[in-house]
Amino acid sequence: MDLKRLIRLPGNVKERKGKEGFPALDFTGQFRYVEAMVRESRVVVVRSKRVLGPGGMVDGGALAAMVEAAMVKLTGASAPKDAWGSLFSPQEAVGIKVNAIGRRLLSPSPAWVPVLARGLKAARVEERKLIFWDRSSRELKEAGFPLNFGGPGIRCFGTDTVGVGYEADLVENGSIGGLLSRILTSLTTAQINLCLLKDHNLAGLSAALKNFYGAIHNPNKYHDHHCNPYIADLNALSQIRERCRLILCDALRVQYQGGPAFKPQWIENYQGILASRDPVALDFVAWRLLDQIRLAHGLPPLEEEDRPPQYILTAGDTSHRLGRCREAEIEVVQLSV
Amino acid sequence: MPLLTRRQFLKGVAGGACAIALSRIPLEPIWDLFGEEKAFAGVPELSQVEAKYYQRLPHQEVECQLCPRRCRVGDLERGYCGVRENRGGIYYTLVHSRPAALNIDPIEKKPFFHFLPSTMAFSLGTAGCNLQCKFCQNWEISQVRPEQVQNVHLPPEAIVSEAQKAACTSIAYTYSEPIIFYEYMLDSARLAKKKGIKSVVVTNGFINREPLLELCRQVDAIKVDLKGFTPRYYQEFCRGELKPVLESLKVLQRAGVWHEIVYLQVPTLNDQEGPIRQMCLWIKEELSADVPLHFTRFHPMYLLKNLPPTPVPSLERSRQIALDAGLRFVYLGNVPGHEGENTYCPRCRKTLIRRLGYSIRENNLRKGACQFCGEKIPGVWA
Repeated sequence: MDLKRLIRLPGNVKERKGKEGFPALDFTGQFRYVEAMVRESRVVVVRSKRVLGPGGMVDGGALAAMVEAAMVKLTGASAPKDAWGSLFSPQEAVGIKVNAIGRRLLSPSPAWVPVLARGLKAARVEERKLIFWDRSSRELKEAGFPLNFGGPGIRCFGTDTVGVGYEADLVENGSIGGLLSRILTSLTTAQINLCLLKDHNLAGLSAALKNFYGAIHNPNKYHDHHCNPYIADLNALSQIRERCRLILCDALRVQYQGGPAFKPQWIENYQGILASRDPVALDFVAWRLLDQIRLAHGLPPLEEEDRPPQYILTAGDTSHRLGRCREAEIEVVQLSV
Repeated sequence: MPLLTRRQFLKGVAGGACAIALSRIPLEPIWDLFGEEKAFAGVPELSQVEAKYYQRLPHQEVECQLCPRRCRVGDLERGYCGVRENRGGIYYTLVHSRPAALNIDPIEKKPFFHFLPSTMAFSLGTAGCNLQCKFCQNWEISQVRPEQVQNVHLPPEAIVSEAQKAACTSIAYTYSEPIIFYEYMLDSARLAKKKGIKSVVVTNGFINREPLLELCRQVDAIKVDLKGFTPRYYQEFCRGELKPVLESLKVLQRAGVWHEIVYLQVPTLNDQEGPIRQMCLWIKEELSADVPLHFTRFHPMYLLKNLPPTPVPSLERSRQIALDAGLRFVYLGNVPGHEGENTYCPRCRKTLIRRLGYSIRENNLRKGACQFCGEKIPGVWA
């Protein structure tokens, strides 16, 4: 169903009668669905001149203010506490999937840890039930995240931690097949996708959708054909698609060329974050943003380098339906704090 | 260094090393099972030996030139095989001297039916593979990254020493895909040759010409898994390509390295008569009618658990097609006790070698020839 048809529904809705148990079309529900669809394809971009201090140090206070502003705008809640509470409930165990492969120089900043912990605490999620994770404890540690497996407080560890590992049963969808991290499938009930916006030599772009390559045991098998349709097929797995409630994209420092590893000559201090509930819409906006930054530095858009992130369009196509990938269907809200 | 069997390897995982999780222990109590030190200490060590056959590109990228994939790999990333990694523009193999599976097998298990029968092969394999066959029988080491399985440190000199102690006539590079542990295989084969130990390779043949030629100078026999005979089959079920494998077979033929071919026959997918007949004719014309061809029975595994095992009549039909096409030595594999396991003289039809599974029950070869009619039988018999 497209958005325009839904908006015209009041004149077209007919009540269905007939077999017992056949649901009647709910007039009100359709409107709620329309509103939810618009809200879910909202991407909030927040920037702050205060967030990066000398030497690239992240100002935690500024980051917290950015996240709060993003959450309120994204959810339509009146206060940050309500924003978090609308997405997470107290009984949950929340995984925060970090992209730490770039180590300290090109990973989300550890300053995110207390910021997200505070937000989830407002939703009354216990600190001990927060897990910052990626595939490898070593990579998390090298990215500056404090490892904690059995100690009190917020946890932080990799799938390669003894006793954790991958599921024993293979999952398959379309072109991909592999084992999923038990952190995703068994240790948590909901996910926050804490990704990083950066150029990628094969995929074109790495942001929300590619972050979950760190959740499967064999991502090396899925980099040919510019990672397409593998990224889309992976994110369509129910274990990812149904659990991921929120995407927060660290665009404080953007690697706009030469990714996925750190290349200092192509870093832009964008000083921003992106937030959404729609990973496709977020990646689409991230793509446009990356191209803008590249153009500003005299580089061609990704398409002209023969590596457009086609996987974003695949993720949004009718067989995946992971989100919206058309400009007209994405609402971008830009804020400054 | 004590010799570890594959079973011992896999048992070692339970000792606390990082591995693909196979247990179903409830997860909440795991917080209390391990101390912090143990929890983070389980990642297996990997090697950092510079790889061969790669080209440095601008901005710290590399292009691997070992296999036809020619992976273009950015800094901190790995190639498709998962065991070769770019670090700051230098490409490394992570599995040199790091086998994940070790055993002593009869040579017939590889299978080599025309190479030193009744001898034992010191067999090893590391993690990784440059294909992703949906029917892989060894996926638990071939389709994983090296840090996801336990390994031991066994450098080339230790391999040769252990093979000698175990009185093995050959060393077999096998289990996963030896192409991806190329440097380890080459170094070991070179050393083994000096000590009079043969080297045999069990491979998918998906390798570039130059590294294959270098390998041919060090090894004594290569068994190639020809997965199918259509490009579509290779693409859809193996994520590979047919043509480079056929080129590899031609290289082996011209190089004079003893080679045998295995065709894993998967019901409904690659068991059609037409392509099988074409394959047999190709082998006869492009290689030789003397190349042993093994039609092997598939068992449901990995990503193809929905198919049944190959019906034996279907294998028998394929064998007949091959014999009718003029191939002289055609076998059935994974069908213990079947007459298709035996070697018959192509001239007088007498049984030359009678096999039961991997063991030889009767051998009527004399100095590489049929003892009944004197027909010379191709192979490496001593």
